[in-house]
Amino acid sequence: MTDLNTFITDESIAPTDDGPLSGSSVAVKDNISTEGVRTTCGSAMLADYVPPYDATVVKRLRAAGATIAGKTNMDEFGMGTTTETSAFGPTKNPVDTDYVPGGSSGGSAAAVAAGEVDYALGSDTGGSVRCPAAFCGVVGLKPTYGLVSRYGLIAYANSLEQIGPIAPTAKAAGELLDVIAGVDEHDQTTRPAAADASYADAGDDPTMDLEIGVPTELLDGADEQVVDQFWATINALEDAGASYHEVSMPSIEKAVAAYYVIAMSEASSNLARFDGVRYGPDTDSNGNWNDVFSDVREDGFGEEVKRRILLGTYATSAGYHDKYYAKAQDARAWVRREFDRALDDADVLASPTMPVLPFELGEGIDDPMKMYLADANTTPVNLADVPAVSVPAGTAEGLPVGLQLVGPSYSEELLLSAAAGVENTLD
Amino acid sequence: MGDDANITDEDVRHVAELARVDVSDDEVERFTSQFADVLEYYEQLSDVPTVDEDDNLHNIMRPDEARECLSQDEATQNATTDEDGFFEGPSVADE
Repeated sequence: MTDLNTFITDESIAPTDDGPLSGSSVAVKDNISTEGVRTTCGSAMLADYVPPYDATVVKRLRAAGATIAGKTNMDEFGMGTTTETSAFGPTKNPVDTDYVPGGSSGGSAAAVAAGEVDYALGSDTGGSVRCPAAFCGVVGLKPTYGLVSRYGLIAYANSLEQIGPIAPTAKAAGELLDVIAGVDEHDQTTRPAAADASYADAGDDPTMDLEIGVPTELLDGADEQVVDQFWATINALEDAGASYHEVSMPSIEKAVAAYYVIAMSEASSNLARFDGVRYGPDTDSNGNWNDVFSDVREDGFGEEVKRRILLGTYATSAGYHDKYYAKAQDARAWVRREFDRALDDADVLASPTMPVLPFELGEGIDDPMKMYLADANTTPVNLADVPAVSVPAGTAEGLPVGLQLVGPSYSEELLLSAAAGVENTLD
Repeated sequence: MGDDANITDEDVRHVAELARVDVSDDEVERFTSQFADVLEYYEQLSDVPTVDEDDNLHNIMRPDEARECLSQDEATQNATTDEDGFFEGPSVADE
């Protein structure tokens, strides 16, 4: 297999104990801190940064017997949909190496799809676990906000993101989720879920006893081949015992705009710490704090990151806060409410994970708005704080298509069971 | 600053200064046009209804409890430090 450039740092980290993951390998996205092993976030800013501590999820993986296989490639600081904004070069899609693997957790998804590792961790702020899972033909799950600790996850947009499992099957995704989920005193945004949840068991217990809601706004504007493959999948699920109905959720049309305003605003704040003092590249600048900071940040950040920091600064600045940031929060509340209502009448909601097929490498990178619009199907879920899983649902033009299933808060067992049901039905 | 989405390169330079990120002339030109596209896209937020949300928020603040944490060496291992182990930063004085 040609070099896919899945790893930024190819360094093994040993387990600390035996457990359910003994003998297995887990790739970890490079925005998740690993003690003593470089953690770059795909950025020149952190090219030499070595964390002095393990993220909680890494600690739990090692205590469960897993070997960490290395740190995977990603869009810089999580900002991207194709893994092309990485300072370490793009990752190739193992299904067809002329195409992107998706992003921002492209390295993790590609490593799983190529069989380089048994499992991988990604992070999902606006779709960054589900998108690459869909584009690479594997399973990816974004947990409910608060299920998995973010301690040690280098923040991009901390009200939106979650670490999630990427794996070959729903059952394997469940095995990984069992190990990483649960309250952490280091992350006060974690909440106790069903303490008795067993995600591996759920992934091993397929169901088609489902009432599926299909939000029509998530099909509008999607590529024809993606929509055709989606309906072919829904029809197969119907034959296998599920039923579906359509539901209109007009707030979804505001989701991409609301997501980007909120994410960019939080990013401008979260990335303010990168000033070259406690970590970061050296600079030749001899000026005062402002000169040096501005120079280091110019050097260390790639173009997409700069774009988002500046737009985030603009959206929260005096005179613009009410117009952009406050309205985005209103949109977020509206999206949440519509998801709650839609899930009153359905077990799960279903849509294509992505409205497009994987891009060719280099196709989208000069057009920021085109990239942002590709997040139309995934961002509403992050705004609503609910969980969603992407499960492989066939191909179109030889490229993988993902089915996204969305559930109410803390319904990961149901989602994994449904995903397993989809796997069985399509087999 | 006005209420329309007509962003100028002066606006871009101003925001870059606020964010402490140097931008080249090329970048300013590129960003001005890209930002105009993005801000125009954001205009649709103006007709979002205001939703009255029930705040199910609990105040979990508590007094600090000192515990074991990273040593000074560990916390400064990625930086240049002086003889007392303090982070070294750039000059404070204005030129």
